[in-house]
Amino acid sequence: MAKKTFVVGCFDDEEVLFPAIKKVRTAGYKIQDVYTPFPVHGLDHALGMRETSLHTAGFIYGITGTTTALSCISWILTSDWPLNIGGKPHFALPAWIPIMFELTVLFSAVGMVLTFCYLCQLAPFVKKHHFHARATDDLFVMPIECTSKTNIDDLQAFLKNAGAVEVNVQVAEDGWWLGRYDKDEMPFENKIVAA
Amino acid sequence: MASIKEQFEIPSKLKTWAYALIGFGLVALIAGFITKGRGTEEEQAVFIGTIMYNTIFWTLICNASMFFICVTTLAWGGWQQSFRRVPEAISTMVPIFGSITVAVLLFVALSGNHHIYHWLDTKAVENDEILKGKSGFLNVKFFVIWTLLAVGLWSLLGWRMRQISNEADTAAMDGEIGASFIWRNTVRAALFIVWFALTVGSTVPWLWMMSIDAHWYSTMYSWYNFASSFVSGMSLIALWVIYLKNKGYLEYTNQEHLHDIGKFMFAFSIFWTYLWFSQYMLIWYSNQPEETIYFKHRVQGPYKGIFFLNLIINFICPLLILMKRSAKRNYTLITFMAVLILFGHWIDFYQEVMGSISKEEVTLGWLDFGILSLFVGLMIFFVSRALASKPLIPKYHPFLKESIIHHT
Repeated sequence: MAKKTFVVGCFDDEEVLFPAIKKVRTAGYKIQDVYTPFPVHGLDHALGMRETSLHTAGFIYGITGTTTALSCISWILTSDWPLNIGGKPHFALPAWIPIMFELTVLFSAVGMVLTFCYLCQLAPFVKKHHFHARATDDLFVMPIECTSKTNIDDLQAFLKNAGAVEVNVQVAEDGWWLGRYDKDEMPFENKIVAA
Repeated sequence: MASIKEQFEIPSKLKTWAYALIGFGLVALIAGFITKGRGTEEEQAVFIGTIMYNTIFWTLICNASMFFICVTTLAWGGWQQSFRRVPEAISTMVPIFGSITVAVLLFVALSGNHHIYHWLDTKAVENDEILKGKSGFLNVKFFVIWTLLAVGLWSLLGWRMRQISNEADTAAMDGEIGASFIWRNTVRAALFIVWFALTVGSTVPWLWMMSIDAHWYSTMYSWYNFASSFVSGMSLIALWVIYLKNKGYLEYTNQEHLHDIGKFMFAFSIFWTYLWFSQYMLIWYSNQPEETIYFKHRVQGPYKGIFFLNLIINFICPLLILMKRSAKRNYTLITFMAVLILFGHWIDFYQEVMGSISKEEVTLGWLDFGILSLFVGLMIFFVSRALASKPLIPKYHPFLKESIIHHT
């Protein structure tokens, strides 16, 4: 948890956003993230993010579910409490497949949702800084992390040049904190520089 | 744009392959006729049954190509436009394989071959309450008319879809002409889909294949065969697309399109298994002799090996191999899986038909592979000719751009 300085560029058009990302990345600036009002195809690729491993996790949760169902149900129905059901064998695999399937789906679904929340650092009462309220409405918001060497004025001019409709500088918490927005004091200061 | 290769020229190597396969197939057909086709009634039934399941399989999977075009048209899909001429070319096989199917089935029905269709035996039907109850559906007149209608309308409605596709080659369309073009496409596709649902989706597999076990029935049977034919149809499209890509055609088709074809192959393999299992489990669970008779010799008798091989090839392999995104974008893996799926569903059709005609012994042998090679050869020969007869890309199709920029 540390406070950092960000130069935030806001774009109102995907067509402008993509070339801008390319320019910013070639110039060597570090984009913290791009906040968009809707999922944008190819954005992860443009930002150079690596392929997510969420589906691999999902597969592992899935086979965990399958084996849990199979081992549990086969132990119960063959050794713990065997019952004669309609003269079927105790090890009645076809009858168990629907349950194995359901547990596979349940484990992978719940597991993936929780993993997703963990990866995105989402949880009840966990708060994060919003760079721009309109990121949930109609703006593509691109905060750029500044280091001690970054020339903030140059960067602002650079973003303007790349087509940003609004540029400002914010000193904000980079990670998350616990609390409520309406009661807590915000652990950041908002210094908006006129665009 | 200027440098795209629109016109497919059939490589001589492909022609040689087609001729060789057809030649080998014809030799096998003649040898089969001499050794089996003139023997006892059981041997004749095996000979005709072998041709029957091959021709039904190939007719249905080529028809699945037209189904694919119509479904994507109805969904206003754009992504398939860059390679839509491939399924179009495959669907030109429907009249050709369809006529072979009609010829074989009408020969069986009109010659009263009750070793294949038990319900053709009029004396047996008279003393059989179950068959008497089914005689409104299982009778020669209905069989002949419905078979002719099914193949005839698939060919006609498919031909109309291909005709309208030609308009996308001639001249650029403005908004108004484009909209009316899409609308007419939609109407024609809808007509095909309705007829497809009434035939492949319900009656035709019951009539052609399920009625071999005249007493047995399963309502899921047609859906099951539809899933089988659709997933094989997608595999066949994938093979042709990859072949053309290898030869340097289809410049607008790339990994993104392959990924979506792969998704169809993956998803419908799972759908096939869902239907396979639903059919199997209900019968296993209720355990009634008149229903389990279909599975008795397949699960516990001589067909045991093929029965479980079928499940491994058509479910376990696609599930585990095609699950990863990178696998669906890999040309080599998709080629391998397409061949495997086609083979798997061919085996599935084999055990569905021959498992009922020859219950005591597995007949899979040189004759099956010979007839298969005949059909593969015919398919390669005619599909490559159909591909060469038209530009490979519908240049002025209103949705073509959507396909070029397609991104999964």
